[in-house]
Amino acid sequence: MLIIGELINGMYKQVAAAIAGKDKKAIQGLARQQAENGANMLDVNVGPSSGNPQEAMKWLVETIQEAVEAPLCLDSTKPAVIEAGLKLAKKKALINSTTADDEKLNTLLPLAKRYNAGIIGLTMDKTGVPRDRYKRSEHALKIISSCMEQGMDLGDVYIDPIVLPVNVAQPQALEVLESLREFKVISDPPPKTVVGLSNVSQGTSERNLINRTFLVMAAAFGLGAAILDPLDKDLMDAMITAELILGKNIYCDSYLEAYRKK
Amino acid sequence: MTIELVKEKWVNKVNELVLGAEKARGGTRAKALKAGGESCLPFVFQEGDMPNRPLIAMEVWDIEPADWPQALKAPFGKSLKDPSEWAKKCVQDFKADLICLTLESALPELKNSTPNEAAKTVENVLKAVGCPLIVIGCGDKNKDNEVLSQCSQAAKGENCLFGFATQDNYKTLAASCMADGHSIIAESPIDINIAKQVNILITDMGFDANRIAMHPTTGALGYGMEYVYSIMERGRLAALMGDKMLSEPFIVFLGPEVWKVKEAKAGADEAPEWGDPGKRGPLWEATTAACMLQAGADILVMRHPEAVKGVKNTIEELMKR
Repeated sequence: MLIIGELINGMYKQVAAAIAGKDKKAIQGLARQQAENGANMLDVNVGPSSGNPQEAMKWLVETIQEAVEAPLCLDSTKPAVIEAGLKLAKKKALINSTTADDEKLNTLLPLAKRYNAGIIGLTMDKTGVPRDRYKRSEHALKIISSCMEQGMDLGDVYIDPIVLPVNVAQPQALEVLESLREFKVISDPPPKTVVGLSNVSQGTSERNLINRTFLVMAAAFGLGAAILDPLDKDLMDAMITAELILGKNIYCDSYLEAYRKK
Repeated sequence: MTIELVKEKWVNKVNELVLGAEKARGGTRAKALKAGGESCLPFVFQEGDMPNRPLIAMEVWDIEPADWPQALKAPFGKSLKDPSEWAKKCVQDFKADLICLTLESALPELKNSTPNEAAKTVENVLKAVGCPLIVIGCGDKNKDNEVLSQCSQAAKGENCLFGFATQDNYKTLAASCMADGHSIIAESPIDINIAKQVNILITDMGFDANRIAMHPTTGALGYGMEYVYSIMERGRLAALMGDKMLSEPFIVFLGPEVWKVKEAKAGADEAPEWGDPGKRGPLWEATTAACMLQAGADILVMRHPEAVKGVKNTIEELMKR
């Protein structure tokens, strides 16, 4: 499973403060910690409060790349902010994200092509997040066909069924899981899938337990990537164990360590 | 219409193991060799590369083998009594790529030779031949820990390949090899899970993963060979798919397995209907070896010169791009 570290996000107070104060050490520390704990890629989100989000994105990308080799997942609703990051990205980046709306697809897919980046497609549009798996698949199909029209390599496309908090939208959890399976039949080769994991436990009393239980279930439904907190060791151990049980890695007594030696 | 075959995209390759050290690298070998390094399944050159052809090591013992059948002893003649002469014959007459020296005489119930005697033998064989050396203990765990440490010191800097490290006995040998600049053979009992575990244990000591060869244990034709094949295939697929702890080259000790089965060793008096034992045994060995090549063997440890000759031809044919 591709692990995308979620911690460099301006929504967190400390990160917002680091961005405002240009505190390289704080950001680079977070980048290193996540990479050392199993993040294959790092999400970069300047957050809502930044006065000049493009500049903030540039600074973050440069700062992170000074510290780690990991590729970046450029996370913004504004295409200009994403492009500011794409211009500086040294490794193949991932755009986070487009929706199934034409204007988004028509802006972001050409950007992905131009900068040879991958893209996350959220299965939603202006009308909001679907209630069921069927509408999610419809959006996924729309995104995939747009990507095909634009000549994207489908191996670079990740479909996100959008995880919702289990305490407010309980029936959605199963719809999301079923969607992960249904997306597989949309194209050949099937699109990859990704979730923003921690949303599932937003506002609940057992955040870590809910996160890792959901991740293990999603793995069983074929999930390919997750945006999560790699410093949550129990979560990472559960993911590694789930992949072991699914036969993705060969067992040995030190399988947790073996995975980390990769 | 031509049909295009689906090609696998592999993300990892097998580690490349260097055998022997030349003068410039602190040893005295005439030529160092390389094993492994594949980025494809065996001989599937459309999907990657095999930068090094599989190597053949010939077995030399430090004591004349009592239970080898006549058909196996005959080609070596009197040289069986002197490991240096035996090794020379293997290299000069039978074109072995390298020598696998087995320190059998150290067995307490055999000759119980001392670590010093064993070390002397290693030195002599190193002087007698210029090829890289594999050094194997007698199989008695405690005795081997003493004997192999001493041999490791005696061969310091030669980058020999020492065996065996096992799941419950690897520390002493690994420490010696690290101190004296040798590589190590990690052994597992036809079990891919344990193979992976031994590699982790050894690398946890700080041992360079590029200096490990995996010995998955083997079986002769007709005696579990297909099971060994599937274990090796599984390990190799995992390696190519990115499992670093299974990315070591395979060394396969097929000689000892083949020559203990009756089809290979029975004399003409025991089984006249099976044909000339001088041909039957080598064929049994060569056939087992050919299968192991397809399973991913990087170093074959063999016995009979005729089998070696046949398998060398097979390797040459298979390596044609």
